Amino acid sequence: MTNAHAPETPVGADRGTVAASAPVAGSEPILLTQARSQWWDVWDQFRNHKGAMAGAAVFLLIVLVVVFGPYAWPFDPTETNIRSRNQGMSLTHPLGTDQLGRDVFARMIQGGRVSLAVGMTAMALSLVLGTLIGVLAGYFRRLDGPLMRLTDLFLALPLLPLLLVMVLLFREPLTAAFGIETGIFILIVSAIGITSWMQTARIVRGDVLALKEREFVLAARSIGTPARRIVTRHVLPNVLSPIMVSATLGIATAIITESALSFLGLGFPPDFPTWGRLLNDGVPYLELYPGRAFWPGLAISLVVLSINYVGDGLRDALDPRIRGR
Amino acid sequence: MLTFTFRRLLYAIPTLLFISLVIFLLLDLAPGDPMAQMPLTVPDEVKARMREALGLGEPIHIRYWKWLVQFFWVEPLHMLDSLLGTGFAEGSQRILSWQTRSPVVDIVMQRMPQTLWVVGTAYVVAILIAIPVGIYSAYRQYSLFDQAGTFVTMVGFSVPPFFSGVLVIIIFASQLGWFPSIYDTRLVVDSWSDFGLQVRQMFLPVMVLALQITSQLSRFMRASMLDNLNQDYVRTARAKGLREKTVVLVHVLRNSMIPVVTVIALGVPSIFGGAIITEQVFKVNGIGQLLITAIQGNDLPMVQTLTFIFAVLIVLFNLIADVLYGILDPRIRYD
Amino acid sequence: MKTKSALLCAVASFAMAPLAHAQDAGGERGRDGQLNILYWQAPSILNPYLSSGTKDVESASLVIEPLVRFDENGEMVPWLAEEIPTVENGGVSEDLTSITWKLKPGILWSDGTPLTAEDVVFTWEYCTDPEGGCAQAQYFDNVTNVEAVDDETVKITFNMPKPFPYTAFVGSESPIIQKAQFENCRGAAAPTCTDANFGPIGTGPFMVEDFRPNDVVTLTANPNYREEGKPAFASVNFKGGGDAAGAARAVLSTGEYDYAWNLQLSPEVLDQLSAAGLGTVVAAYGTSVERIEINQTDPSASLGDERSTVAHPHPFLTDPAVPAAMSKAIDRQLLVDIGYGPGGQPTCNILPAPEAYASTANDDCLNYDPEAAKAMLEEAGWVDEDGDGIREKDGVRLSVLFQTSVNAVRQDVQALIKEDWENIGIETELRSVDASVFFGGDPSSPDTFQKFFADVEMYTNNFAGVDPQAYMAGWRCSDIPSPETQWQGQNVPRFCSEEYDALVDELGDTADIEERGEIAKRLNDMLVQNYAMLPLIHRGNPAAHANTLGGIRMNDWDSELWNIADWYRISE
Repeated sequence: MTNAHAPETPVGADRGTVAASAPVAGSEPILLTQARSQWWDVWDQFRNHKGAMAGAAVFLLIVLVVVFGPYAWPFDPTETNIRSRNQGMSLTHPLGTDQLGRDVFARMIQGGRVSLAVGMTAMALSLVLGTLIGVLAGYFRRLDGPLMRLTDLFLALPLLPLLLVMVLLFREPLTAAFGIETGIFILIVSAIGITSWMQTARIVRGDVLALKEREFVLAARSIGTPARRIVTRHVLPNVLSPIMVSATLGIATAIITESALSFLGLGFPPDFPTWGRLLNDGVPYLELYPGRAFWPGLAISLVVLSINYVGDGLRDALDPRIRGR
Repeated sequence: MLTFTFRRLLYAIPTLLFISLVIFLLLDLAPGDPMAQMPLTVPDEVKARMREALGLGEPIHIRYWKWLVQFFWVEPLHMLDSLLGTGFAEGSQRILSWQTRSPVVDIVMQRMPQTLWVVGTAYVVAILIAIPVGIYSAYRQYSLFDQAGTFVTMVGFSVPPFFSGVLVIIIFASQLGWFPSIYDTRLVVDSWSDFGLQVRQMFLPVMVLALQITSQLSRFMRASMLDNLNQDYVRTARAKGLREKTVVLVHVLRNSMIPVVTVIALGVPSIFGGAIITEQVFKVNGIGQLLITAIQGNDLPMVQTLTFIFAVLIVLFNLIADVLYGILDPRIRYD
Repeated sequence: MKTKSALLCAVASFAMAPLAHAQDAGGERGRDGQLNILYWQAPSILNPYLSSGTKDVESASLVIEPLVRFDENGEMVPWLAEEIPTVENGGVSEDLTSITWKLKPGILWSDGTPLTAEDVVFTWEYCTDPEGGCAQAQYFDNVTNVEAVDDETVKITFNMPKPFPYTAFVGSESPIIQKAQFENCRGAAAPTCTDANFGPIGTGPFMVEDFRPNDVVTLTANPNYREEGKPAFASVNFKGGGDAAGAARAVLSTGEYDYAWNLQLSPEVLDQLSAAGLGTVVAAYGTSVERIEINQTDPSASLGDERSTVAHPHPFLTDPAVPAAMSKAIDRQLLVDIGYGPGGQPTCNILPAPEAYASTANDDCLNYDPEAAKAMLEEAGWVDEDGDGIREKDGVRLSVLFQTSVNAVRQDVQALIKEDWENIGIETELRSVDASVFFGGDPSSPDTFQKFFADVEMYTNNFAGVDPQAYMAGWRCSDIPSPETQWQGQNVPRFCSEEYDALVDELGDTADIEERGEIAKRLNDMLVQNYAMLPLIHRGNPAAHANTLGGIRMNDWDSELWNIADWYRISE
């Protein structure tokens, strides 16, 4: 058990955690006719952002490979083949094979499906939670105290025992209801989600506190705009950039936390590869077969980088002051 | 402002008590056994008797009450005793770790220096690098510097320390032999040569940690600067004919620091919390390592006390962050 | 397998040969400066009576010593005792109910006071105090009295004949502590004596200078040590923390440390690190066997409270053909090559050592033969009727849940075995459980190895010392874990056989060593041939030492550091 790589301290882990932006990434506003021109503008602006387009292309490519790869690739990620273990790169095995003779590329594809799904979902969950709580706490003074104490509580909870309790309480019912893989997926995603929203909530609240006193919000309030509209029209768009940063950092954190969980036996079954786990497994072989740690490391970095550029582009595109410049 | 601070401090007391109760219940609910690390050769009856001796047989509310008394009454008295040489705490039971059968607080104090040295230094280094990098990246958005900075910070963030730590050990300790791979907690710095040793043994863990923290902070700094650079007041300031340096480093910076200060203040408790993986890779054996070994060994009094100390620090620094908000942004009103 | 282990010993001794040439020249105590030892699990206390963790026992073995130690062959070596008492020399009474030990004369504690029989008596009193929760209480089972006959003679009385009376004060887990130091620390007061628990006064080659729990121990040579010119090292830096890979690197690749313990790493990684030429990997073999336990009872969740209890026999694992085929389908040598390297040999026995107790009747399991395994299943009527690759019979599918604790090597082994079993038509689902939960005794957790809510599970077990009686008695019907016993009990596979129980009783009545060996072999064969367990790997304990460190004799029967007084620095 010993070389358990735990996630960074329960407190320390969440220095810059969290989550994707449901309000931003959403495509549904395009359906609204009256908003159509505005989202068209956003798209125009986004299209001109080279970094964002490159990021989106890379990200889409990774998603495509990961989603459709298993149908096109002849090797099974869990199939061991002792005769061809520890092979280097070759035409049959472009990324080589591991110590049990499993095809590394197949494992990367399989791992990517899990890691991306976990990363995106957990990030979305923690972002929604964090933004919601942050906005409510910052905007409505009466809610501020209780919500922030709740945040303190979650920041202070030790992550590992919390996870042990969750696994103990919910693993059996969830696997019974959804099957082993989906059940554990739900468990892990919610575990990461509910333990990583606090940073976003704090930051969003801080920004909202400042925004609330800004002239345009005061003006909106003085003409009797209901709070819900002020929040959605005026406050949310202005806190997008810290949310975007949280989102990009959050994907990486979620992917890495998942690897730590799997490693501790709290996650997916051991024969179920994920990028974080592949990276972890590759570390002891760093000098012998550097590829084993390098490929998953590269994949995680690429995803984080591309999402970061997309986030940059989105933020610029959504900012009316930059748009059209 | 002052009343606000006082009121918040008062509120903190019930909050912390509640937090301590939740932590206690959580730890008690979690599966695990302090005897799990004992070899299987030890018979079950012996293990059962050892659990008795640890006080595990008692009902939960009594154990919680005992812990409360020990933490809030016995330990402060004991601290007073050791400061003044008095004997108030004589004979009263302190919080004992199950693994080491010794007072938890003494071990925590023993672990503090290395954690503060390593994680604290990394934090300061990271702030010193991240803020200028963030400012310049935002000011010259999409310049070569910005692109390179984005790349490095994102890679730095997405590579976990169990990988980067081993990588730097292989390069700098195994191959080049420049730095030791193991941190010696016994080193006492009382001469320049010892200081040199200390710097050498701190170098690798600080590097790994600082890379991670810098990555996060500089992203927040850059984003926040970008937000402010397009504000009307910046245009006004420029229109007034202020020097560019003043505009960026005084007007924009001050406003951009607001969210960044939160992130920095909220990160301070994590300095005391240590860094589990980095401490493990370099054998720094600070608070992070203490926590993880206590969790693995199901040493509940140790985990409970440590997490509660973190909780106090977190609540405290949340408050500090809020007060700093008020100071940095006069528009925010607390009443 | 015998030849194999003999071969391995030969290889090991060959590897030691160059060191033997550079014999220790001898000289004054402390001539070789500091010795750096790295235990990646750090010692948390130096009193083995309060913690039986290997790290704590072995670090304490530098300081406090027992009457007798075991050497690397599992043979007893008088340590603080003058000689080994036997019936022949009159040290053990004819009716086997008492044993009389004589201490070596003139032994001093590190504080200069003499070791007396009173200290030995006190040690017994300390560990048997009902409120103390002594971690080594099993060593004093059946001991009714320990008395000091004179200053150098101790008599231990048992409440029944003990054919193997060498338990109390024998081996690193029951050393002698000083009465003067621990007098006020008995029973409930044990944890209040932090100074004593962190710095016991001992008779060993080193004494504690500074102890930082779970971090580092600093020890210095004991000026009152009984042997002239030993230990060769003036001080020991006993560091803990990190993981096995980091520890191996510190000895083999950067050379910062001289000795690292428990390097359960992939053989390839060890080879690659050793290539730097700074250190050597050595292994000691004791009785540890990695095995797959076969649940004889039905673990289905639908049974509720009667899950994994003897009320419901397992639907298919009780058919001997199934576990027999599962055993035949496992390539044990491959598991060693991939997972264990120098730290393991394939085995077919639950009791692989000492030599006198090791059976040879089951060695056929070493021949990996999946075709034979398939044939066995076909013959027993298990065939794949619906063409999904999984065999069935009477509506029962051969589908097993295979659990173990979290550990990189175990997960690789699990994957390989899963492949092997699915190849012969047995569906296998893997699960790994955090070790602190798996090996914990928490009755509320469904994941402990004793509850065994799975069809098969894999872990290592062994026994301390060299006598297997208590170990083999663990598979009696009465030792089956069940809700009534709070799931406590050694009989994890829920094996139950009257014949076996009778044979265990016979072992308890037999004093003759050779006869005991024969009975132990028969017990072992019964367990293995009834498929209560599938033994996989006889595990050694791999350690690494710097090539400049001499005198190491790897030992799994006692502390690995048992002869540290003889260690020395090889001068170039």
